[in-house]
Amino acid sequence: MAYKGKRINPQKFERSQIKIIILILPLVIFMAMPLIFIANHAFKPMEELFAFPPTFFVRNATMDNFTKLIKFSRTAGIPLSRYVFNSIIVTVLTVGLSLLFTTCAAFALAKIKFKGRNLMMQINQIALMFVAVAVLIPRYLVVCQLGMIDSIWAHILPLVAYPVALFLVKQFVEQVPDSLIEAAYMDGATDMQVYWKLILPMIKPAIATASILVFQQVWTNMETSNYYINADNMKTLTFYMNTLVNANNTVSGQGIAAAATLIMFVPNLVLFIILQNSVMNTMAHSGIK
Amino acid sequence: MKKKKSNIGRHANNNRNGYFFVAPYAIVFVIFILIPVILAVILSFTNFNAIQWPSWVGFLNYITLITSDEVFMQYVLPNTVIYAVVVGIGGYILSFVLAWALCNLTKIPRTIFALILYSPSMTTGVAMTVLWKVIFSGDQTGLLNSWLMELGIINEPIIWLVATKYLLPIVIVIGLWSSMGVGFLSMIAGILNSDESLYEAAAIDGVKNRFQEMIYITIPQMKPQMLFAAVMAIVGAFQNGLVSTLLTGNPSPGYAAQLIVNHIEDYGFLRYEMGYAAAVSVVLLLIVQLFSRAANSLFSEKDEF
Repeated sequence: MAYKGKRINPQKFERSQIKIIILILPLVIFMAMPLIFIANHAFKPMEELFAFPPTFFVRNATMDNFTKLIKFSRTAGIPLSRYVFNSIIVTVLTVGLSLLFTTCAAFALAKIKFKGRNLMMQINQIALMFVAVAVLIPRYLVVCQLGMIDSIWAHILPLVAYPVALFLVKQFVEQVPDSLIEAAYMDGATDMQVYWKLILPMIKPAIATASILVFQQVWTNMETSNYYINADNMKTLTFYMNTLVNANNTVSGQGIAAAATLIMFVPNLVLFIILQNSVMNTMAHSGIK
Repeated sequence: MKKKKSNIGRHANNNRNGYFFVAPYAIVFVIFILIPVILAVILSFTNFNAIQWPSWVGFLNYITLITSDEVFMQYVLPNTVIYAVVVGIGGYILSFVLAWALCNLTKIPRTIFALILYSPSMTTGVAMTVLWKVIFSGDQTGLLNSWLMELGIINEPIIWLVATKYLLPIVIVIGLWSSMGVGFLSMIAGILNSDESLYEAAAIDGVKNRFQEMIYITIPQMKPQMLFAAVMAIVGAFQNGLVSTLLTGNPSPGYAAQLIVNHIEDYGFLRYEMGYAAAVSVVLLLIVQLFSRAANSLFSEKDEF
């Protein structure tokens, strides 16, 4: 039988797909294993953490590690709730500001003609390759000079401009038909109205994607707590969880550390599952031309 | 309201409102990305210990880096190259193959698999330290040691995180594990959106199997996504380094897993030789640029041969 072609994105199940599943399944299992392990580890009671030979799956699941984690934080000077509060404030403000700034800039770069626009787009294209760790020191100097050490803004502002997010949103705004926008201008809309009432509702998938990307940047960020914040009560949950992981190097502490890891990971996963359709929609326009 | 000063389209070529919309982003970008990069370049020509005012030393830092930094030349550079090739290029090819395989499945299994493959990249190394410590623990209670001993592959536990022989491979495996990120998603979307009629035409024109289809139809159609994914892979490959510090400390035993990022951290935050660290940072940024240029010429749609 001749080759039929067009097998991308099949609508229904065919026998030939089994071959592919069998080929990639081992790899998928390998990728999933560490995460499954951490989820199991977090619920293991003490005797299973100490078990020899070590076990992979939990047998008698308990919440012990989570209650211990909360107890452990009481012995320290700063309650866990303070870190949770810091993290939530920082995350919400960073994602919010970033989305506002990014969508504004994306609208201008994609749909408003002004001098220097092409230059700005090129700079952002180069900035996609920006490696934040490489400028840790000068960034610290900037944060110092601005007097932001120990302030909440030291967590937020360095992460607001994320070139990858701007790039993806800009690509998406470009898909909005010019005719729609011109019609709005004909009706007397201002730039602001076009941005707020026309562009924003049309680029919801891109906004969802940008929010996930920025969320991942700030939620797991350790840099800001490590270098810009000296006061312990201004540090974030990620930082605290990480000190937990490092302080509990013993076998009994592993359970607490695993619980901490799980708590940090789950919000990420949930957010992605909720928004994954939008993400894939945005990624369709992610190409660099 | 009928003044209509602003208009996209053909009429107004210099709408000042554009600056108003770009300004907030641009200001934050300049302060926290552009100025730090410029500062890094300036600092790289100085001797700076974070306490005294930096003193100008010209190209000395770069000369030292190339001629007399034995650790850099002997360990850091080779390690970084190996890491970047395996995790960057290897991870890139792996993401493409996986993305392509997933696109041959129906929607539900595809979404589930994509989620599983993508989720490690959300962990960004840091959060997972405890996990790797349990798996690679050096005594027989370590998960990997226990399994290998049960299978009879080894007789004695291997001290994974101290033995210099295994450090780099471990860091590479962790890097690969978390390399299916945004670029991977971009590739899936690129493949899914390729023009279906081309596949039929190709089949008539004599494309015989899926491999040919992939080379002649799929890849040329999704060059922009391939480029975006390549840039993401390059950046990812060069900015990793945190994992080895968290697992083994900085510097890692015998510099076995010392990557360029760790070298910067070592000089900048442990020895306070910030000028020198800045020079290494500039080299890192240049390397990333260079690789991205290469990817650009490979996939760019503008200059086809």
